[in-house]
Amino acid sequence: MPKVTIDGQEYEVAAGTTILQACQQAGIEIPHFCYHERLMIAGNCRMCLVEVEKSPKPVASCAMPVADGNVILTQSEKAKKARNGVMEMLLLNHPLDCPICDQGGECDLQDQAMAYGFDRGRFEENKRAVSDKDFGPLVATSMNRCIHCTRCIRFLTEIAGVEELGATGRGEAMEITTYVERALGSELSANIVDLCPVGALTAKPYAFVARPWELRKTESVDVLDAVGSNIRIDSRGAQVLRVLPRLHEDINEEWIADKTRFAHDGLVRRRLDRPYIRRAGRLVEAEWPEALDLVAARLRSVPGERIAAISGDLCDAESMYALKELLHGLGVANLDCRQDGAKLDGGNRASYLFNTTIAGIERADACLLVGANPRWEAPLINARLRKRHLQGGFRVATIGPTFDLGFPVEMLGNGGALLNAMVRGEHSWAKVLLGAKAPMIVLGQGALARSDGARILGAGRAIAEGFSMVRPDWNGFNVLHRAAARVAGLDLGFLPGPGGKAVAAMLEGCRSGAVEVLYLLGADEIDLKDIGSAFVIYQGHHGDRGAARADVVLPGAAYTEKDATYVNTEGRVQLARRAVFPPGEAREDWTILRALSGALGRPLPFDSLPALRERMRAAHPVLAHIDQIVPAEWGNFGAIGTVGSASFHYPIGDFYRTDPISRASPTMAQCSEAFGALPDTQPRTGTHG
Amino acid sequence: MNTHAEGAPVAQPESFAFTAENIERAKAHIAKYPKGRQQSAVLPLLDLAQRQSGGWLPLAAMHAVADMLEMPRIRVYEVASFYTMFNLRPVGRYLLQACTTTPCWLRGSDAVVAACESKLGIGVGGTSADGLFTLVEVECLGGCVNAPILQVNDDFYEDLDGASTEALIDALRAGKTPPPGTVLARQGSAPIKGKTTLTLMPEPPAMQAALLPGAAGETAKETGDAG
Repeated sequence: MPKVTIDGQEYEVAAGTTILQACQQAGIEIPHFCYHERLMIAGNCRMCLVEVEKSPKPVASCAMPVADGNVILTQSEKAKKARNGVMEMLLLNHPLDCPICDQGGECDLQDQAMAYGFDRGRFEENKRAVSDKDFGPLVATSMNRCIHCTRCIRFLTEIAGVEELGATGRGEAMEITTYVERALGSELSANIVDLCPVGALTAKPYAFVARPWELRKTESVDVLDAVGSNIRIDSRGAQVLRVLPRLHEDINEEWIADKTRFAHDGLVRRRLDRPYIRRAGRLVEAEWPEALDLVAARLRSVPGERIAAISGDLCDAESMYALKELLHGLGVANLDCRQDGAKLDGGNRASYLFNTTIAGIERADACLLVGANPRWEAPLINARLRKRHLQGGFRVATIGPTFDLGFPVEMLGNGGALLNAMVRGEHSWAKVLLGAKAPMIVLGQGALARSDGARILGAGRAIAEGFSMVRPDWNGFNVLHRAAARVAGLDLGFLPGPGGKAVAAMLEGCRSGAVEVLYLLGADEIDLKDIGSAFVIYQGHHGDRGAARADVVLPGAAYTEKDATYVNTEGRVQLARRAVFPPGEAREDWTILRALSGALGRPLPFDSLPALRERMRAAHPVLAHIDQIVPAEWGNFGAIGTVGSASFHYPIGDFYRTDPISRASPTMAQCSEAFGALPDTQPRTGTHG
Repeated sequence: MNTHAEGAPVAQPESFAFTAENIERAKAHIAKYPKGRQQSAVLPLLDLAQRQSGGWLPLAAMHAVADMLEMPRIRVYEVASFYTMFNLRPVGRYLLQACTTTPCWLRGSDAVVAACESKLGIGVGGTSADGLFTLVEVECLGGCVNAPILQVNDDFYEDLDGASTEALIDALRAGKTPPPGTVLARQGSAPIKGKTTLTLMPEPPAMQAALLPGAAGETAKETGDAG
């Protein structure tokens, strides 16, 4: 290990460490713009110059590996003078428009100019002017401000896997551009806004909205897919103004998907802000006691077997637990959290988790995707697959419709027959799985929601066992969820009890009259058009499909408005925190259910969130392990039998409009228009999600 | 300077395909690089495409090169826009590249540029009405000994002044191709009035001289050859 002396103190660092990293490890901050620890080293901003003894010139520390015996001076006169010179050069063409720049207050250039900038400009010529580019509805450009650090180019090329952005021209004429006008076709594109150290790339929907020091910052988790990306919610007053990623190495690293970042403008539109009761065919405003009494009266008036409840994709664990307790008290067995009809059940936790874990993908060396399109169902898992691909020695194949994942994928074809051949070991790719040290299989909801989903699950298990994917040190069996609520729902057993109906049977029951009261807890992804005269109670936050059919609407809270527990597709339990209050009369969901239980005269045994959580965790201990992976026990699950030969379809037809929040978001509507939908998806009928 | 500064949008041809002959040439270039590194052939392929397209690179040609080398299109745009020798908008049949860097300028490049401008009725960066000539200003062409230089497509015309530039343009317009090189009566970049140095054969080394027939120490005889 090389020994280096930094500012007079000796350190020992790992071989191959760059000088900049060594300084960071020693707690010395080196100013930089182009260097980013997750991107390739470019070494083109020159801001990180340091003096190295015996070196004739200052050295760009980000690109220089340490050598044994280096004597590095980070604060010497020479180093400072070099940085001052670089800063002056960077500012030559940089406009002095900080007062109207969205980056103001969180700008690397602004901050570092305070330390290294000159107090006046000596450049008397005209500054160069660069035309702004159209990168689509999410990223606004102000290219005069660009300092050519190329972070955006490197991010899109290396991490997002779309080589669309580049630097054309040279010298003074250099520009960051797509060259031909086009929007950036990546689900991760807006991360370049965070990466941009200046105000050249800013968030278009957030343009001129707020200054960073006005915002209240709340650390939370995202629920718009099942990845559970860690986010920071920035709010002012009662409104969420933006969502930024928060570092979590095992989940999202420091990226988030565009939907996670920008769908929040749907949180102030189409909101249910007070209770409604349907009178003479129309929903009219009502008061809470009135609505709760009506619901209680209806629930009391029918026997338990004629009541059914479906929980939606964005529900938190607490509300599902409270609803389950409430309805169990009434003898209701018709509960289901699988809106899409996925053939998963709660018996064995390993059967419905992404057991490999997201970070574990980096240890895999072969991956078979079945009916899963990770690019749209979980963009950050796709980014992790791509990261693994870049490390080399990783083969990915997919059984399903052809789709560009941003890295080479072997398209084996489509249809259940391929899966059967794989189980029997007859397919040529079976050899790849057999030869792999750490193979993994990913079952998507597009496969599991089919009528033969249980046999597909069984086939997945057979493949996992047959190709030694399940070992004490490795579990390569994965289910890719796309609903943030699903794993918690399965963990809580929000599933049909003995003799209970699943979603399709409930809807059929509504039609035939066997189900008279249907309780929808934020369930919007089911077809409610033709469900007869059933009395529908909708508890949720958006006036979407569920509320449109409801007879009573109980306004709940969205994910930014409640302290809640969510479990991601890996089975990692995470806590979301309240950033703003629910609008108007809307309330946190568990409190609504607690109040309803009171109206029913059967009060639930908790009066506070801690008490609820204590009971929930006692009943379901797995939910007590916050931010931890509890490896699930392997067991017997799925059905044995031949999978039908029908083709698989991906469950998401339009990445930007998958849930009530994103459907209400004008920004997501623009994205949908700009980027279009996937042609080959399941027809939107039945219990399609 | 000849840059790729933005201008009015260019009418782009719909498609581009290499001729059979150029495909062979392209394959020969690609074969020079190891498999998987075929992108290294981007410069010669772009040059082929530019020659085939009449001196400029339409988008379709860049796309054809990108497809042939299996590289993202943006990477080809980057290369094509970096090198000023690739023209991203149409040029005349004769691309007149006047060097105006210091040595040429000292030797009268202003007169060369002025002659082009007046003769063709265009400014720097313009294309003559008949579509034959495009005039651009370039940085040092590396022919300073024969300054000033005007490069016409691939050829250097050297030692120009106003009159000889006009004569050159007239000849080109008439469809003739004057011999490239200096327009003065001199060999290469040798002095116009004959040699001023190296006029004698150097004395052979002593040992070699001793072996030569005839007296040792004989003065080398004069050898100067014509101009």
